[in-house]
Amino acid sequence: MKHLLSTENLSAFDAIRVLDTAEEMSAVGDREVKKLPALRGRTVVNLFFEDSTRTRISFEAAAKRLSADVINFAAKGSSVSKGESLKDTAQTLAAMGADAVVIRHWASGAPHRLAATDWIDAAVINAGDGTHEHPTQALLDAFTMRRHWSQLNGTKSSGADLRGMRVAIVGDVLHSRVARSNVWLLRTLGAEVTLVAPPTLLPIGVEHWPCKVSYNLDETLEAGVDAMMMLRVQGERMHASFFPSTREYSRRWGFDDARLRALDDLGMKDTIIMHPGPMNRGLEISSAAADSPRSTVLAQVRNGVSVRMAALYLLLSGDSREATAATAATTHAVSQPTKESN
Amino acid sequence: MAENTYLIRGAAILGGEAEDLLIRDGIIAARGKDLHDDDATVIDGTGLVALPGMVDVHTHLREPGREDAETVETGTRAAALGGFTAVHAMANSNPVADTAGVVEQVHSLGRASGWVDVRPVGAVTVGLAGEQLAELGAMADSRAQVRMFSDDGICVHDPVLMRRALEYVKAFDGVVAQHAQEPRLTAGAQMNEGTVSAVLGLAGWPAVAEESIIARDVLLTQHVGSRLHVCHVSTAGSVEIVRWAKARGINVTAEVTPHHLLLTDELVRSYDPVYKVNPPLRTDADVQALREGLADGTIDVVGTDHAPHPSEHKECEWAQAAMGMTGLETALSVVQETMIETGLMTWADFARVTSFTPAVIGRVADQGRPLEEGEPANVILVDPAARWTVDPHKMATMGRNSPFKGKELPGSVVATFFKGHPTVLNGKLNTPYRYAGNYPTPDAAGAVSGS
Repeated sequence: MKHLLSTENLSAFDAIRVLDTAEEMSAVGDREVKKLPALRGRTVVNLFFEDSTRTRISFEAAAKRLSADVINFAAKGSSVSKGESLKDTAQTLAAMGADAVVIRHWASGAPHRLAATDWIDAAVINAGDGTHEHPTQALLDAFTMRRHWSQLNGTKSSGADLRGMRVAIVGDVLHSRVARSNVWLLRTLGAEVTLVAPPTLLPIGVEHWPCKVSYNLDETLEAGVDAMMMLRVQGERMHASFFPSTREYSRRWGFDDARLRALDDLGMKDTIIMHPGPMNRGLEISSAAADSPRSTVLAQVRNGVSVRMAALYLLLSGDSREATAATAATTHAVSQPTKESN
Repeated sequence: MAENTYLIRGAAILGGEAEDLLIRDGIIAARGKDLHDDDATVIDGTGLVALPGMVDVHTHLREPGREDAETVETGTRAAALGGFTAVHAMANSNPVADTAGVVEQVHSLGRASGWVDVRPVGAVTVGLAGEQLAELGAMADSRAQVRMFSDDGICVHDPVLMRRALEYVKAFDGVVAQHAQEPRLTAGAQMNEGTVSAVLGLAGWPAVAEESIIARDVLLTQHVGSRLHVCHVSTAGSVEIVRWAKARGINVTAEVTPHHLLLTDELVRSYDPVYKVNPPLRTDADVQALREGLADGTIDVVGTDHAPHPSEHKECEWAQAAMGMTGLETALSVVQETMIETGLMTWADFARVTSFTPAVIGRVADQGRPLEEGEPANVILVDPAARWTVDPHKMATMGRNSPFKGKELPGSVVATFFKGHPTVLNGKLNTPYRYAGNYPTPDAAGAVSGS
């Protein structure tokens, strides 16, 4: 893996390697000294063309725990807002010696442009591009699901996939990079995905995706779900006629208190409720659902740092053999990250 | 040897039997076997196909206003090398070609360059704004003799305005060339809406946005008894609608670009903006329907939609990039690849869709004529057996945005005769044609337009 641009072409082997490495990384977060020397002397640039404090600080924490030097480059208020092109920005970062660029961009495909051109030679991590993909979000979601699923099955997380797990992804699929990355990754890991949305918020062509599609949240619940992933919905979408009103959206596609009770009534005591954040409480998810013991919202945030540490580590430390050698060389290192991945 | 006399020996006329063509003083002086002329420069046409000079109904020359993208000089050099003897220069320059003054400027720049006949297209509406008709009559009566009107790049979407434009151009045998794109259905659109856009997360450009406008416009054309030309048809559904309209006797013609005959939206997976174009690249099913439509005459002509851009407008994010591709220097090869090598068309059909019919649509009297004695000598020689690899940096156009970069294509233009003068010889630019005298004065133009 030279770059992490999407989950569409991420192999099961690579996906499980990231998740297993993240398990090792999460152990670091539980220690008093939350730091590894693995990326000492390496420079990670967070290049953000779109505001996203949550994702940026998650990557920043991940890079710092691996002892990398971190540069935050926010496009707003910088030369970019004065008309500097992506090409010039990339070449500037290359000249400064960036080893990895974590890029968040409002334009779909911008990370692919950085990776495909000769503007910069650094490893590129897609931290969300337009309505295309958000691969580290999908990986942290899969990480969260895998821990839950393994615990239920009484097995170890490491090395496992998500075979047999039923996941419903609910909301604005059309505009969601989170939904796209999750559909591809969950397929790769063997989960069964159902997208639930108003027909206006599903892309033309969704019928070719490796998942089921439903317009009815209650029917999907009744059919049985192991993880409910609620997507953020922008209330302003109603002004473009994607739905009539936020209240109607909430009634038909929101995870409200009645649907929370329905999980109990239907005997689904182990079903988790996920949300990538930030939440619109009262729109796509009720406060009771968001704060219930089923909610994994904060676990997702915590796991995000581990998954991003794993991604940075694997991209910047070369292949798994080098990674093993590097970790063996230091007393504070994680144990061999690929040991259990077969 | 006389400078203005050329004897082409043994070229296959329109791909048929090999004959000689004697060109003298701007006309085809003779056609036949074993012609002889002591004064003529002899050109060996063995293995070559002789065709009428190609006429492009859809070219962006960018001048005035964007001389960093293309000029009339560089664009017409590219045209000559591509086998063209006439191009229609689209109106979306800056200032817009919406007055007699601007179309005369473009026309005069074309004459000064001398590589091909430059036929300015006039804007339908003032500033391409879609609000009020430009002075179509003044442009028609100008020295540029405009007959084709288009807001290309922007759709004349107001149905009343489109109706009026279609009605008004009847006064001077004009044609409205519509860029069929319903604006509300394509707000922010980035690529064809379908399987690929769903995965790439790029805002979709539905086929229906093109087809609904074409359906409306053919009905308006029938209602007011006018003449409509549909620019760059790109979907299977559009072909069906045009076929239906022609069956009803509606006076509509349609154009397809070379790139829509060959490329599909699968290429967008690279996010390389060289594949960003308006209308967007569609699916393989659309490509097949366009080829069939061109072969069976539903689509009348090939138009390049040659759209050069400076590199900085393509070296960026997909959503930021300009739409458009160069095409003048690859058109012949792409049409040979997609229509002739596939057995769908002959070289005679090629002459029809690239020369005869485009000249009729644009009302260009001395272009697109048969290769017969007494006709104007706008002739090209093509080597159909040649194969070459596209290198945008070796092109005459200033635009480097060729979607065929690196592709091996068949067919090359060996010579182009414009008004009997070789603008291209041995596949290289020769010298431009020089008009006698200066740009005609208004009085002289009046004499011309009275003819």
